[in-house]
Amino acid sequence: MSSAAKSWRQQLRYWPAHLVLILGGIVMLFPFLWQVLMSLSANVEIQAVPPKFIPDSPQWGNYVQVFEKLPFLSQFWTSVLITVVRTGAQLVLCSMAGYAFARMQFRGRGLLFGLILAILMIPGQAYLITQYQIIKSLSLLETPWGVILPGMFSAFGTFLMRQAFMSLPRELEEAAHLDGCNVWQVFWKVILPLVKPSLFAVAITTVLWSWNDLLWPLIVTTREESMPLSVGIATLAGQYTTDWALIMAASVMAMAPIFVLFFTMQRRVIEGLATSGLKG
Amino acid sequence: MSDATSNRRHRRNPMTAGAWPLLFIGPLMLGVLVFYYYPIIGNFYTSLTKTNAFGGNAKFVGLANYADLFARNDLKSATLNTLIYTALVLLAVPISVVIASLLELPNLKGRSLYRVLFFMPYLAMPVAIVQVWRLFFNGNFGLLNQFLKAVGVQNPPYWLSTPGAVLMTVVVVGIWASIGFNVIILSAGLKSIPKELYEAAAIDGATALQQFRTITVPLLTPSIFFLTIMQAIGGFQLFDYLYAMLGGNNPAEASSRSLVSLFYQAAFVTQNRGFGAAVTIFILVLVAAVTALQFWAQKKWVHYV
Repeated sequence: MSSAAKSWRQQLRYWPAHLVLILGGIVMLFPFLWQVLMSLSANVEIQAVPPKFIPDSPQWGNYVQVFEKLPFLSQFWTSVLITVVRTGAQLVLCSMAGYAFARMQFRGRGLLFGLILAILMIPGQAYLITQYQIIKSLSLLETPWGVILPGMFSAFGTFLMRQAFMSLPRELEEAAHLDGCNVWQVFWKVILPLVKPSLFAVAITTVLWSWNDLLWPLIVTTREESMPLSVGIATLAGQYTTDWALIMAASVMAMAPIFVLFFTMQRRVIEGLATSGLKG
Repeated sequence: MSDATSNRRHRRNPMTAGAWPLLFIGPLMLGVLVFYYYPIIGNFYTSLTKTNAFGGNAKFVGLANYADLFARNDLKSATLNTLIYTALVLLAVPISVVIASLLELPNLKGRSLYRVLFFMPYLAMPVAIVQVWRLFFNGNFGLLNQFLKAVGVQNPPYWLSTPGAVLMTVVVVGIWASIGFNVIILSAGLKSIPKELYEAAAIDGATALQQFRTITVPLLTPSIFFLTIMQAIGGFQLFDYLYAMLGGNNPAEASSRSLVSLFYQAAFVTQNRGFGAAVTIFILVLVAAVTALQFWAQKKWVHYV
């Protein structure tokens, strides 16, 4: 028997597994598919009884309306800005601090690291009132920087990077030091390239959180033109409660960038998240 | 090779020298000090104060906010809602164990496609994807009620404006959204189980189900434990899904609040910051207690190899 035929026989034996996975997969996929279909439907079609999934003719106008009824572009750029800056800042600051905690000797290291870990134990809401007051006193309410600032510093990222550096052999640094590199050069040129998977794990968790987060930007921004997309969608849904097609079109566009990003680097995202979970 | 003097200097382990540690941890520690340590102390102090209707002019009132907290009914209902949500959303863990073990069957075809499908909800912006679920659960023309009516249910509930029912819709979305991440963690755990164990069990005549129960599940318990901790902590943070599901002007809003929604409502809608701060301290204590309980209970069911 050929190996191909053997493999198909095996899949046939797996039919209960395939059945469960296909049904589950449909449940996972259906909301996305339905949302895209509704974003191209007329409102009457969305509210039809019995349900009508495929629109008679695609209503591209729903997408045009999003730009008319919502400062979508400015909200989009706010989301991009806060995500890029927070991710970049976390990558640099967490890897630097993580490296110091993993490799450098200084007084109070254990205590300071313990204090960093303590941040992880405390539910995020406990910081928000004072963070809001700080942002307010800096006159940064209604600005991207107000949204960005607290999220530039991450205890989780520092912890993750420290674990990554601890797993590298010390001989690497010793050799580079003997070659006359200073501490910064060793860190930047020799060590950082070796922890790319962990850097990627920090990046992906920060991008996802930053793009999708609602509570903090909801507190900091109240004007439509200063909101990121998450708050924008919530506001839109509260305002045009029955304009389903509009809400769906805006939602599809708000989620699309993350999905494009994911599908272009699927494997590394999944590996990165597995790393973050195993070490976290 | 560098000259003799610098060589000697480098031998004196540069990693402990002078300003380097400060340079490396300084920027992060500064941010953490300003945006985390100071706020947690400030938050505790705020919980001992009362502000005017605009959130300003704070006066020290001692434990009055805490007394208020325990006297009011909204803390009770918010705690209950949060606990129910957290307990039910933990169902995602056993579901994920089943899905992950099916996904990791040797030579399964279509594995990467399945994995992507299950992972998609984890990527979705909560407020955006919940809009679909609001239509699904819509009382008048939602798919669920159309289905229920079709199979003969007389008056299916208005899910989104009936207090207890809203929470159930959010549980469904919460489970739906968390399977993907769980599966990734569990798959990594499954890959580390030695294949020989299954081969030996098969030789001894163990069925697939017996292998699952006696090999897969016990050896996965460390991952399962990690996920129950994460899922429980996430459950206590319930806000986005609920906020989006309720939408604006919902009559069921007040009775459906989670603890975090109660905090948001108090601190940033009614500007009662002291009360809001007291709510966060309550959440903190509750999360710590539940996590400690889980760590205590894990001795009884988690097997470390």
